[in-house]
Amino acid sequence: MFFPVFTSTENWREKSLRWLLAGVACTSLATLCAIMLFLFAEGLPVFAGYSPFSFFLGKFWYPTSEPPEFGILSLIAGSVSVMLLSTLIAVPLGVCTAAYLTEIAGGAVRRVVKPFIELLAALPSVVIGFFGMVVVAPFLQETFDLSTGLNLFNAALMLAFMSVPTICSVAEDALFAVPRSLREASLALGATRWETSVRMVLPAALSGISTAVMLGMSRAIGETMVVLMVAGGAAMLPGSVFDPVRPMPASIAAEMAEAPFRGEHYHALFAIGLVLFLFTLCFNLAASFISERYRHAGSSEL
Amino acid sequence: MKIHAIQHRKRVEAGMFGCLRLCALINIAALTAICIFLAIQGAPALSWEFLTEPPRRMMTAGGVWPCIVGTALLSAGALFVAFPTGVATAVYLHEYAGKSRAAWYIRLGIANLAGVPSVVFGLFGLAFFVTWCGFGVSILSGVLTLAALSLPVIISTAEEALRQVPDTYREASLALGATKGQTISRVVFPAALPGMLTGAILGVARAAGETAAIMFTAAVFYTPKTPDSPFSSVMALPYHMYVLATAGTEIEKTRPLQYGTALVLIALVLGMNIAAIILRDRLRSAKAQ
Repeated sequence: MFFPVFTSTENWREKSLRWLLAGVACTSLATLCAIMLFLFAEGLPVFAGYSPFSFFLGKFWYPTSEPPEFGILSLIAGSVSVMLLSTLIAVPLGVCTAAYLTEIAGGAVRRVVKPFIELLAALPSVVIGFFGMVVVAPFLQETFDLSTGLNLFNAALMLAFMSVPTICSVAEDALFAVPRSLREASLALGATRWETSVRMVLPAALSGISTAVMLGMSRAIGETMVVLMVAGGAAMLPGSVFDPVRPMPASIAAEMAEAPFRGEHYHALFAIGLVLFLFTLCFNLAASFISERYRHAGSSEL
Repeated sequence: MKIHAIQHRKRVEAGMFGCLRLCALINIAALTAICIFLAIQGAPALSWEFLTEPPRRMMTAGGVWPCIVGTALLSAGALFVAFPTGVATAVYLHEYAGKSRAAWYIRLGIANLAGVPSVVFGLFGLAFFVTWCGFGVSILSGVLTLAALSLPVIISTAEEALRQVPDTYREASLALGATKGQTISRVVFPAALPGMLTGAILGVARAAGETAAIMFTAAVFYTPKTPDSPFSSVMALPYHMYVLATAGTEIEKTRPLQYGTALVLIALVLGMNIAAIILRDRLRSAKAQ
């Protein structure tokens, strides 16, 4: 009599623990859904008084003039241009660093270099933005004889150093996962280590590296403080890399405090947040998809 | 001829490896340059008064004490909420869910939550915690927003820590008649705890350096009173720094204060990260023995 009762209480405990953990585990998914829900709820009302067409394709962002203009094309252009330029800088730098760590560096060197990369990732964005303002901006202004050092190039450069650690660590995992046997086969056929790295390891790790690039781009387009402090803040379509721009996150961060609560401007800023969220969601989903789809590429063994 | 070609290939290799080394060096140089620059510029501003006094005379003098308190409260609060949640999630994913469909969705959610821009977290906090829940611009709103933001970091390191616990531990415990729940709470969890703490430190560091997420939810430009309830707004180091550096009429005059604040902030954040790295290395070498 005693024994079954004992077991059933144990079962009850086990079950409730399992369900409790499962419930808590849903928190992040629920948070993600809640973020989406609230962005839609607060962002969509802007389209009640303002057509989606002029919102997405309007070039003029004058939220406080009378009547206000909420064309976010120049903001999107600002974000995309900063993201592309910073990716152009960060991808070679990040992938090469990852290649250095996996292909050349010995154990002792890795143990020294890796923490540096991790600490670079840990630098608060406001500090990097500040550095861009007080050091890089005057330098650019003087060197290239510009009217302002706070511009697209400066923002892209600072962002590049923020996305390098992301790109580097994901690419490093990808390179590291390439089986040793592939490397050995290539070396045994007489290829140099460099030829092995470029023609054997790199193609085998390409899907992982694409994931790294996607995550780096997602990081670059969503980063706020750097573009708020060093991009220059002019809402216009950039004509050169030294033009000031106003990326989407900068607009949200700079204007939210002044936007009247639940006014048209407030809703417009939430709509920008929604656009930004969808951008990063696409990059992240693409990254998950690539890493899932090609997980086993290059890992076949006899 | 052949020997010549081989020499050429060797030269290419040496040159290209040099380039890779250079890339790695650029990163190290960037970090070192930023740290040394801020240390040199910020050191003169640092003093006992700077660390322990509130700002005075329209922020042009005085110190950053309220900001340190604010940042400590916000990041400790975020950890208090996010650590249990994150650890429970990791335990569920690693010990129970395995490769089930539910686990796949939860993982997808975590991966995407990790990619949400911090300013979007700020908007979410403003719409949900500040407005909808009615918490106002307060420590509570900021803590919950920062907790959501640092959750993915904590989950992924906690899961990594669970992965490091050998299966033989679990099997031995189960073979002795312990239930799965007992095995997890008395064997697996204690073994993984130190590794999870690394994640906790990284989570706090991330929350402490965050600006965009607390701009609309918790931080204010200036408040004379010390926070006395979860519903009071606070000053915070990153936001204070941003305001000093960009707003106001006397940006040049407050430069020393800006450098000082930046130095305090990176000392705090990098200090926590270095602690996490050291802790992780200790654990690794302990395991290797």
